[in-house]
Amino acid sequence: MDHGKKRLMDKNQESLFVRLIPFFERYGILLLILIMIAVLHLLQPDVFLSWRNVTNIFKQVSWQSMLALGVFMVIVTAGIDLSVGSIIMLSLMGLAIASKAGMPWYVVMLVAPAIGFLCGMFNGIGITLLRMPHPFIMTLGTLYIFRGIGNLISGGVPITGFAEQIRVIGNGKIKLDVIFGEGAREYIPTSLILMIVIFFIFWIFLNHTRIGKWIYAIGGNPGAARAAGINVDRILIVVYTLCGFLAGIGGLILAGRTNSAYPNAGLQSELDAIAAVIIGGASFFGGRGTVLGVFAGVMIMGILRNGLNLMNVSVFWQQVLIGSIIILAVYIDVLRRQLATRT
Amino acid sequence: MSDNLVLEAKSVSKFFGTITALQNVDLHLNKGEVLGVVGDNGAGKSTLMKVLSGLYKPSEGSLFFDKEKVTLNSPRDSQNLGLEMVYQDLALAGNLPIGDNIFLGREPTRKVGPFNFLDHKKRKKLTEEHLAKLKINVKSADQKVEELSGGQRQAVAIARATAFNAKIVLMDEPTAALAVKEVGKVLDLILNLKKLGVSVIVISHRMDDIFTVCDRVMALFQGTNFAESELKNTSRDEVIGWIMGKKD
Repeated sequence: MDHGKKRLMDKNQESLFVRLIPFFERYGILLLILIMIAVLHLLQPDVFLSWRNVTNIFKQVSWQSMLALGVFMVIVTAGIDLSVGSIIMLSLMGLAIASKAGMPWYVVMLVAPAIGFLCGMFNGIGITLLRMPHPFIMTLGTLYIFRGIGNLISGGVPITGFAEQIRVIGNGKIKLDVIFGEGAREYIPTSLILMIVIFFIFWIFLNHTRIGKWIYAIGGNPGAARAAGINVDRILIVVYTLCGFLAGIGGLILAGRTNSAYPNAGLQSELDAIAAVIIGGASFFGGRGTVLGVFAGVMIMGILRNGLNLMNVSVFWQQVLIGSIIILAVYIDVLRRQLATRT
Repeated sequence: MSDNLVLEAKSVSKFFGTITALQNVDLHLNKGEVLGVVGDNGAGKSTLMKVLSGLYKPSEGSLFFDKEKVTLNSPRDSQNLGLEMVYQDLALAGNLPIGDNIFLGREPTRKVGPFNFLDHKKRKKLTEEHLAKLKINVKSADQKVEELSGGQRQAVAIARATAFNAKIVLMDEPTAALAVKEVGKVLDLILNLKKLGVSVIVISHRMDDIFTVCDRVMALFQGTNFAESELKNTSRDEVIGWIMGKKD
């Protein structure tokens, strides 16, 4: 039998359900977002899709999405980074101190990403060179260390008031007078543009460079990566360093948004980041997941919180709901793996 | 001995502390020849393969590639000389497509300004050409390895080993983990390599494998050369006897 014919027959023998799986695997999450938007629009027709509310959602998720993107890369290697919430706080504090010390704004702006970079590199070196049994342990340790250092250098009190150039990143508005006429109130948040640009860069990095491919290979089978001559430790250090760097960018965005560095900044946001990554379809076992999925996961968390707030649902119920969604998302992942390995 | 000699090991010994894994072992391999290596567990087959691939340094003796004496410091060295090893645990990343696995670590790229980006089209084309050359049938080069059967995975592992014009391929129990119906396909693949002029060393416990693909068979016993014969001059019973250390 010729090859093409055989393939056609195999296809026909598969049930409709099985054939729909790849479609849902790829686009199911976007479908979920559309459903959420439709439902919330029906429930809150005047508010939810208003320009003000939508931009508000984007401003809120912009710094959280940086953490999620970094944690995503780490999870692809079958690792975990619990310290990103503390890195964001430490880089925010470093930025605030640099600002208070009177450094020029362009130096202050570099401080947060630089601190994040170094924190991430510290994680990566600890995990590889110190041969820690699991990244969980190293980054659990640095979760405490980084926040502790942040409080030590700031004295545990908030520091407020940054230069306008810093504030623009998290709080800036690109006016749309051209489209909506002079003096219109519609605008695009600067942080949304920054988020899209960074997600695009990392999409290129993960899908179109050799290191990106190796990150997925390490998550799939570190032994295979080593046998292929890939320096697994070096790639892991790169991944954790980039994760810290992105958390530092998150700190920069947060500085602009809140105009303040405070001791509780980013508290538990590492858990939100992990949740967004898992909801976005990445596998906790490594090697699986997409940048678009992370974006979707972040948006689902953001839309859900926003929608529940608009409807005055208590924070306690929000916690219950988000927790349930994580478990559901992972259960779907389990089912997907079962189907993927069917023979 | 023939002029087509591609690989030779002369009185190779390997000691691990007080343990002697190999003692004065000789091996030679000709171009396009399939050599079967048999022996009981602990006879030294895997150690010999690891010496040939550069993973272990021999304690004594020397190796010759194309009749030139070489010293291998790592598997990279043997790869550069055209020798590839197919690992028993396959060393494939299940989450990646076939093509990505074949070219893992050696991906074709194209330059855009100062950056090197993956050349997806070229990889796909090279993969399809290579699979076609080896007559490996899969749905598509983009299929993930975890979706493949054991035999197909073995085929991908062999394709990976031969993607860069390997002259010599070492295979450690290539059919051990396979369903019966898939063994034949892998054996066909080995015969295909032979036709393409590749020399193959196969370690196997299965007499069916040895007697289907090999030109010559050699037996190790307790770390030494025990017996060797052209396949046509021996029989299954005799080879089984060698494995157990019996010679007429």
